[in-house]
Amino acid sequence: MTGKMFGAPIPRTEDERLVAGRGRYLDDLGAGAYAAAFVRSPHAHARILDIDVGDALDVDGLVAVYTHDDLRGPMAEPLPLLIPHPAIRDGRTPHALAAEYVHHVGEPVAMVVARDRYVAEDIVERVRVDYEVLPAVVGVAAARRADHVVHPGMSDNVAARLLQEVGDAPAAIAAAPHTLELDLEIERSASTPMEGRGVYARWDAADAMLRMYSSTQTASGVRAAVAAKLELQLGQVEVVVPDVGGGFGVKIVHPWPEEVMVPWAARLLGHDVKWTEDRREHFVAAAHEREQLQRVRVGFDDEGRLLGLDVRIWHDNGAYLPYGVIVPLVTSTQLLGPYRPGAYRVEFDSLYTTTVIVTPYRGAGRPQGVFAMERTMDAIAARLGLDRARVRSVNLIQPDEMPYDQGLVFQDGRPLIYDSGDYPAALAALLDLVGWDDFPAQRERARAEGRRIGIGLACYVEGTGPGPYEGGHVQVETSGRVRVATGLTSQGQGHQTILAQIVADELGVPISDISVTTGDTRRMPYSVGTYASRGAVMSGSAVALAARRLRDKALRIAGDALEADPDDLEIVGGRVRVKGSPASGMDLGTVAVLANPLRYAFDEASRAATQFGGPADFDRPPVAPDDAPGLEGTDFYSPLRCTFASGMHAAIVETDPETAEIRILRYCVVHDCGRLVNPLIVEGQIHGGVAQGVAGALYERMAYDSDGQLLNASFMDFLMPYASEVPAVEIDHLETPSPLNPLGIKGAGEAGVIPGAAVLAAAVEDAEGFPITRMPISPSELFHLRRRFASGEIPPLRARRPAAPAPRPSGQES
Amino acid sequence: MKPPAFRYHAPASLAETLATLAEVGARGKVLAGGQSLVPLMNMRLAAPEHIVDINGVAGLDDVTVDAGGVRIGALVRHARLEADAEAAAAVPLLRQGLRLVAHPVIRNRGTTVGSIAHADPSAEMPAALALLGGSVEAAGAAGRRTVPAAEFFTGPMESCLRPDELAVSAHFPRPEPGTGSAFTEVARRHGDYALCGVAALVTLDADLRITAARAGYLSVSPTPAVLDLTDAVAGRTPDTADLAAAGRLAVGRLEPEDDIHATAEYRAHLAGVLTVRALRAAAEDALARATRDPRPAGSGSGR
Amino acid sequence: MTEQTHEIRLHVNGVPHTATVPARRLLSDCLRHDLGLTGTHVGCEHGVCGACTVRLDGLPVRSCLMFAVSAQGHEITTVEGMAAPDGTPHPVQRAFRECHGLQCGFCTPGFLAVVAAFLEENPDPTEEQAREAVGGNLCRCTGYQNIVRSVLRAAELAREHPGAEPPGAGAAAEGGRA
Repeated sequence: MTGKMFGAPIPRTEDERLVAGRGRYLDDLGAGAYAAAFVRSPHAHARILDIDVGDALDVDGLVAVYTHDDLRGPMAEPLPLLIPHPAIRDGRTPHALAAEYVHHVGEPVAMVVARDRYVAEDIVERVRVDYEVLPAVVGVAAARRADHVVHPGMSDNVAARLLQEVGDAPAAIAAAPHTLELDLEIERSASTPMEGRGVYARWDAADAMLRMYSSTQTASGVRAAVAAKLELQLGQVEVVVPDVGGGFGVKIVHPWPEEVMVPWAARLLGHDVKWTEDRREHFVAAAHEREQLQRVRVGFDDEGRLLGLDVRIWHDNGAYLPYGVIVPLVTSTQLLGPYRPGAYRVEFDSLYTTTVIVTPYRGAGRPQGVFAMERTMDAIAARLGLDRARVRSVNLIQPDEMPYDQGLVFQDGRPLIYDSGDYPAALAALLDLVGWDDFPAQRERARAEGRRIGIGLACYVEGTGPGPYEGGHVQVETSGRVRVATGLTSQGQGHQTILAQIVADELGVPISDISVTTGDTRRMPYSVGTYASRGAVMSGSAVALAARRLRDKALRIAGDALEADPDDLEIVGGRVRVKGSPASGMDLGTVAVLANPLRYAFDEASRAATQFGGPADFDRPPVAPDDAPGLEGTDFYSPLRCTFASGMHAAIVETDPETAEIRILRYCVVHDCGRLVNPLIVEGQIHGGVAQGVAGALYERMAYDSDGQLLNASFMDFLMPYASEVPAVEIDHLETPSPLNPLGIKGAGEAGVIPGAAVLAAAVEDAEGFPITRMPISPSELFHLRRRFASGEIPPLRARRPAAPAPRPSGQES
Repeated sequence: MKPPAFRYHAPASLAETLATLAEVGARGKVLAGGQSLVPLMNMRLAAPEHIVDINGVAGLDDVTVDAGGVRIGALVRHARLEADAEAAAAVPLLRQGLRLVAHPVIRNRGTTVGSIAHADPSAEMPAALALLGGSVEAAGAAGRRTVPAAEFFTGPMESCLRPDELAVSAHFPRPEPGTGSAFTEVARRHGDYALCGVAALVTLDADLRITAARAGYLSVSPTPAVLDLTDAVAGRTPDTADLAAAGRLAVGRLEPEDDIHATAEYRAHLAGVLTVRALRAAAEDALARATRDPRPAGSGSGR
Repeated sequence: MTEQTHEIRLHVNGVPHTATVPARRLLSDCLRHDLGLTGTHVGCEHGVCGACTVRLDGLPVRSCLMFAVSAQGHEITTVEGMAAPDGTPHPVQRAFRECHGLQCGFCTPGFLAVVAAFLEENPDPTEEQAREAVGGNLCRCTGYQNIVRSVLRAAELAREHPGAEPPGAGAAAEGGRA
């Protein structure tokens, strides 16, 4: 079905509005709504003894102050555990407002509603809360030690523990000619979209209907969760997602405490209420990710081929577990990347700490898994004195082994089976792009000038487009305009454009005639959400299937009207016409008129659909039993399992011998997300992902002190990179179609971020000559590593054999 | 993150400003560019009861360049000063330092005198003022006084300005003839407060030998530190001087502290490295000036 | 207790507006909530991210670091005022769309303000200058690659159509009290 729009790098349809300042983000809505603000815990762990609102009551502009005591029924209960899993031993979730204990700084304790946000913040300062401060538990080590337990009633801090095994890894390692053991660590960062969270609720008492707007990644999820909390029927709740200023994972969590409190208060007060999260709140009350300790044991042969891999992961899940074990589960499965691991054993502990919750942030556990595997590959190469690319190439799964079953259960509860991919071709393309073989000479030249440069590479495989399903609804108006709706939400990925591109080709209509709605339960109530790089795969497939249904119907109706066989018809430029006889045909708008048999004409065009408007078949009812009025199609796409995108990155860095500053000289990406709907958008996704990868490797972290205070809860000290810190990105695409969906596409949203920490650790290690086992790395940390290396405390990497250039992996050059 | 309530005063004259300041005293804050004050208020780390907005006060936005140096009024924005060619010619360190102050958009609004009055030991302009041996002119109900930089900065974010006083101008003296200058920093991100920054002045005599070498430091001391490093390099030409010795001398005299971005040890190391780099660049600058504008040999340094 | 309010007159995008605000109302909030000009966004409220950047007498400034009362007497230009009176988008707006210089669009109005002002002073920038020009604004989506490209493309577009600068944009030279 290759058409004109699919694959075209067209500018986005969203942008005309957005560059003109006509976007509608959450805080742009609801003029006149009351403003909410929250009294938040200043302590990492405490028991609430008393809340005194006396001082707040005389503030002009106060509307209400609520505490947990004001909540009843489901509202007073903990928020849901969204993704139950048998590995969860004790799944704790927060309350909408803290009931008795607080478990991280920033946890909401009371809600203030006031005339505006300024006044609301004044009142927040006047609410006095007495706390009995309890010991903080910060970091994986403290959580494991369990000198203090985060949640009452638990004997340790282990929220979940999961073991998966393929073969007998310990035995394979014991029998291997070479073994290695690595201890690795990766720190916290966070999604940090430019727009924080936000909720705006309108209660219509006359209709008993709630309309909610939320800056979320799931409209349908928020709808179901809020209806359950507020004890409303699903039909009483509409959730509309306006323009969203970035998500990157954090906005898939739902319902947030604020997301149930705002509509609850709006109903109680009979007045619109809005909460717009500010930057400080986003740091301490949303979600973080990435923190893990890992211990890798590996056995391998003389070529560096993996024989057995045994990985233990300790994952910090923060104070609560609303999103289950998805992040460590993804780490433990996607760690395998494009490789055959031999026997594999992986076990993780997910641990409670008194810090902000940990839920998926773009990459969702994959960066940590790739870090573990790729550090291992580099360590094997160093041990054997082999080229790092060569060690990878002997372990790659070959194209003729696809589909490849890794023998594990993936995050969608289904088997981890790679659908397609050509990893040797990707590696060959990457080595060419970065000039891998020429680099050693370059490194020596630089060294002679007193400069230190290094190169690294890292590979990943990413399961994208998990189910259960998404839906598409496509409708042709009598004007000929096409309305498309899908339920998942958009946060800048350009869904409106790419879904229109898909529908344009499927239906044969100009893209300018198509408008796309996402994330509005009024238009498509059945949906799951935007996460795991699933937008294009799921909703793209769904709208394609829906458009195909619509097309069949249009051809059938037009065939009747034109007295032609539908098989002889085509749709071109929004007009159904007889193949080979383009003059004979009718506009899709006219087909839409005929598709809806009418009693009453409302305009000239609609006369044709009324009972006396033309010839009729008196043996058939106006609408056949298996048919429905209207020219529209609805369909759902539900995949058997995930499709697996892949890619490989290489980076060249320079480290300043004096200041230990780290500068990226080149950053190269080879990327395979199957067929590209819009290369401009895919490249934009890669660019953004790479920037976040660089950020997580060299700049960003969450600096908690041992009391659980976040010391860098601002953009002053949380070092989100500017343009000056992000390198130019060089991209080469491979396109290995997925056999699993009708369009052959794989997800592209998260890919760019995944190998960032791994590739930059490898490059810094190569420049410095000693192992890098902990990321992110700052100049200060590199300085101290150098000191420890100079004193002999850190061993050098094994000298690399001044070997002949690496033999090229087999596979096609792209 | 909304600022707390305050009473707003917008005096039109200096006299009115001083009267208002006298009245509100320590409960008030002067608003000029607001690039440091307003973030603190939005975070509710500062909650002045009165804001005295001096943006409407006439006569505070002059840049005056004369034989003695550059005088900058309280309302002169960083960007305006940075663009002032005459000021840059008279005191090159000004433009060298201003380019490192945050980002251009902040410099469009932030004022140089305001930055000095804010007395952040991580900021460039206090260090520049201290290194150049400049001064601040303060006006108050009791009259005007000129405070040398060495006395002006009393602690982190603390100056000797009294609550009823307005810093009406700052004076950056011209370096003596034969002097070159440089400003170097290591910051985590371009435009961030530096992990360590060093401004340097190196003076050469007519034989191109170093007669003076001084460095000013940011982010490694509670107030802008100025070190005279002449002893380590005096009498040498820039290419034979033992700049590393000057770096070691500097490290020995500084006691930086840890924060989340850098350890004290690393900061001290940076101070040494950047001392060398700044002195080298300042010496090169001095050489370039000497080449452009030679002085008769044997005329001495003018000290 | 009741907070004192001020009657203020603001000149935004060539149009005079009045509003009654407390002294502490940030210019960003005043534009958005008192004047309904929601194209200016608020990303951090401590002056780091640049999403709220507007032009004050032609110069880009952070509207979250100014009180609305202090903005009286100045000409303010927001993203809503960038297009020509006939609706033709500003070359910078066109370039961002053409080059995919935005994704979620939240930071975009701030970038547009900075880039428009920059190009008036530097009509033919190098890539390095373009990168530096946008170096004070945060974007979480694009990795800045296409933003830098947009700056260069906008310069091209502006050169192709000299004199197409909309009014209000050219006030930089006067610079208010700068």
